[in-house]
Amino acid sequence: MADTMQFDLVSPERRLASVAAREVRIPGADGDLTAMPGHAALITTLRPGILTVVSAEGTADYAVTGGFAEISADAVTVLAERGLPKAEVTSAIMAALVADARAARAAAPHHMVDEAVKLLADMEALGTQIGL
Amino acid sequence: MPSLKDLKNRIASVKNTRKITKAMQMVSAAKLRRAQDAAVAARPYAERMTAVMAGLAASVGASDGAPRLLRGTGSDQTHLLVVMTAERGLCGGFNSTIVRLARARINELLAAGKTVKILTVGKKGREQLKREYGRHFVGHVDLTEVKRMGYDTARAIAHDILGRFEAGEFDVATLYYNRFQSVIAQIPTPRQIIPAAFEGAAQAAAGYDYEPGEEAILADLLPRGVATQVFTALLENGASEQGARMSAMDSATRNAGEMIDKLTIQYNRSRQAAITKELIEIISGAEAL
Repeated sequence: MADTMQFDLVSPERRLASVAAREVRIPGADGDLTAMPGHAALITTLRPGILTVVSAEGTADYAVTGGFAEISADAVTVLAERGLPKAEVTSAIMAALVADARAARAAAPHHMVDEAVKLLADMEALGTQIGL
Repeated sequence: MPSLKDLKNRIASVKNTRKITKAMQMVSAAKLRRAQDAAVAARPYAERMTAVMAGLAASVGASDGAPRLLRGTGSDQTHLLVVMTAERGLCGGFNSTIVRLARARINELLAAGKTVKILTVGKKGREQLKREYGRHFVGHVDLTEVKRMGYDTARAIAHDILGRFEAGEFDVATLYYNRFQSVIAQIPTPRQIIPAAFEGAAQAAAGYDYEPGEEAILADLLPRGVATQVFTALLENGASEQGARMSAMDSATRNAGEMIDKLTIQYNRSRQAAITKELIEIISGAEAL
């Protein structure tokens, strides 16, 4: 079996990354998971968090929010509504994201409150994780 | 018969117009390149998104647990038409073709006794539809201030549409926009976004595990799918607008050139006629002596 797999990180506006990866750590909605070559086919939604890609060139971190990941034995495709290399996330961007989540929480209809609260908490955790 | 001075002025003014149309054509060509690049760059996301959703939709099917965005409200009484046009004119038939398509559909729906609601994106569509269907308008999205079409714009529009759907304002939503085929061909296209319709039979994405469950993922993806489709439509529309403007300005430039040629011939003829007349006067004056 090959020891790498095709990894693509795609945002609505453009393709952010496309490399042969050895390992991808994904912040799944139901918990983090690591995909390696030969992983069982899986589709999972994402929560806001840090996505880590290990490839021959080293390790790259991306902050992603919203979207889903499609994992198969030889490829991982992550479709993120927003994705940024971790180094490019500034406190201003983070503040805007948290403010968005907070607004969504305030505007959430009754049956959606739980999800909105979780989103807000995830978003804040992401900020802490990056260290802003 | 216009005087020589008049002709000269007209030639000068047509030449100025030609300079303007030529410049507009070149600006559009540059913008078209950028718009096309943006549309191409956005394609992988939209394609994957649609493929996964189509797979999910095929396996969840029309079961009772399926999200309303997929299943629909069970009626098709109220239609929301999202008419996407440009903010500016001078782009040939670009705006009119979309409006014509939308108008045909509106009349058809009204004749069938349905309720029609119109949401316009872009000033030109509103101007053309306002007089006839003003009372059907529910909103307008102004893109004058948008310099670069980003996903955020699309998300805001999608948010608006989804909010109206949640509030039960309509049953079916359709986008009207121009699909970009080439610089000279833009195809006005209707695209139903709610309830979600997937073109072509989707092959169920077999063998995938889903985390969380299929329906939960679908419920999460469908609103994003609406935003993605709005975004795609905005980008296609943007490229089409520039393409349409480019070919419209190209033919305007060519027309101006032809007009200048015609006026120049007329100018030369009248000048020659004036000279001949003067010569005849001098000669006949000399002969009379």
